[in-house]
Amino acid sequence: MKPEFGRNPQLNRNGELHHLLSIEGLPRAIIERILATADGFINIAEREVKNVPLLRGRSVFNLFFENSTRTRTTFEIAARRLSADVFNLDIQRSSTAKGESLLDTINNLTAMQADMFVVRHATGGAPHLIARHVAPHVHVINAGDGRHAHPTQGLLDMYTIRHYKRDFANLTVAIVGDILHSRVARSDLHALAALGVPELRAVAPLTLLPDGLASMGVRVCTRLDDGIRDADVIIMLRLQNERMRGALLPSAQEYFRNYGLTPERLQLAKPDAIVMHPGPMNRGVEIDSRVADGTQSVILPQVTFGIAVRMSVLSIAASSQRMQ
Amino acid sequence: MIELDAEAVYRSLAARLREEVVGRDVRLVGVHTGGVWLAQRLRQDLHVPYEVGILDISFYRDDFSRSGLNPGVKPSSIAFDVEGADIVLVDDVLNTGRTVRAAMNELFDYGRPARIDLAVLIDRGGRELPVAPTVVGRVIEVPPEVSVVLTRDDDGRLHLTLERRREA
Repeated sequence: MKPEFGRNPQLNRNGELHHLLSIEGLPRAIIERILATADGFINIAEREVKNVPLLRGRSVFNLFFENSTRTRTTFEIAARRLSADVFNLDIQRSSTAKGESLLDTINNLTAMQADMFVVRHATGGAPHLIARHVAPHVHVINAGDGRHAHPTQGLLDMYTIRHYKRDFANLTVAIVGDILHSRVARSDLHALAALGVPELRAVAPLTLLPDGLASMGVRVCTRLDDGIRDADVIIMLRLQNERMRGALLPSAQEYFRNYGLTPERLQLAKPDAIVMHPGPMNRGVEIDSRVADGTQSVILPQVTFGIAVRMSVLSIAASSQRMQ
Repeated sequence: MIELDAEAVYRSLAARLREEVVGRDVRLVGVHTGGVWLAQRLRQDLHVPYEVGILDISFYRDDFSRSGLNPGVKPSSIAFDVEGADIVLVDDVLNTGRTVRAAMNELFDYGRPARIDLAVLIDRGGRELPVAPTVVGRVIEVPPEVSVVLTRDDDGRLHLTLERRREA
């Protein structure tokens, strides 16, 4: 099949979600439909039977070329609650280690009658490559690719904000931390912009800020106090340890002194501000335990909402099957 | 377009259901959206003390792989314990019986009811599954290309209209 330039690779000809590859380029109506559909999945976990039969008979393959226990587990729970058959492939230790190419792996799995691939890969763009390659009935969901995108995390963050703040129209949202290397930050910023959040702030030392934020309408703050003042939502990012070894940052202690979210600093934000974190947290590096476990923290609800949002994404993507 | 007197049909449904549930401790469950309106009216008129259960059967439909997911899914919510309950399932129009099957499948995922009865405003025939209502407001015969639509105006009055189905 020839690639069709100008056509959004995530949507089918009817403009419906077929693959979820990134939030960038996703119409607002589709983001809103994913969030609204997730509402219907929230209560299911409280019932005696926690599954619905929507994806019965479909095969979902979790392809994690990069480790992530939490994301893989929540995708697995989501697919199982939809009654799909779930297969987890430990890619690192299997065929790719023997030198098989990415697309050969995909061909083999497609021959095993996969209907959906959930892909995590260290290289940005790998899920796009797979999506271009698979048969028309197969769906690809990006579970995080390199520094590029982590769309389901972005969507569950939007679900969390919508749950606590109801409306995006008057919010100030601050994203704090290693924005340069963060696919979560990128997905969040695209989603927040698409949903019409009027004030977006990126808060980090200059060495951890990417170019082009201003053109996205994002205000750059290099001081935490300026960045979180009067904010409604604060999204803290994980500071990856390997950054500390390079020249980007002096030390964890100094980072905490300048950018760590403490209860004292949190008082600069609105009194009803919520604090989010995609996990896993480095307590005492980017966030003080008293904030992480405090009343304004919604970090654990994020995990719970993540299952409903992933159920929503899987079922909406699967429902475009016959319309390709 | 023909209009039926929905309020009159509702009154006969309510009267028949009242007789049916005399002496029973029933709980009402409405199928989204029309069934929920009806169940809420019936709850008041029959003095049922429990909150109406709401089912959106979108996640239980048997035509998902053909038609996809309904874009306007609403959360289901049942505040009472379904296990051992005496339940009246309420829907607006009974046709193929597939919605009722989906609704019963969903109900059983909340627990095992002691009994389920089915109350529908209109039975239009055309069954594709062995489903029979316990009480009916009115039985009508309409050709397959006509759909029976229940609407509710701002004052809560019900309206039934017959419309030619829009071809997809």
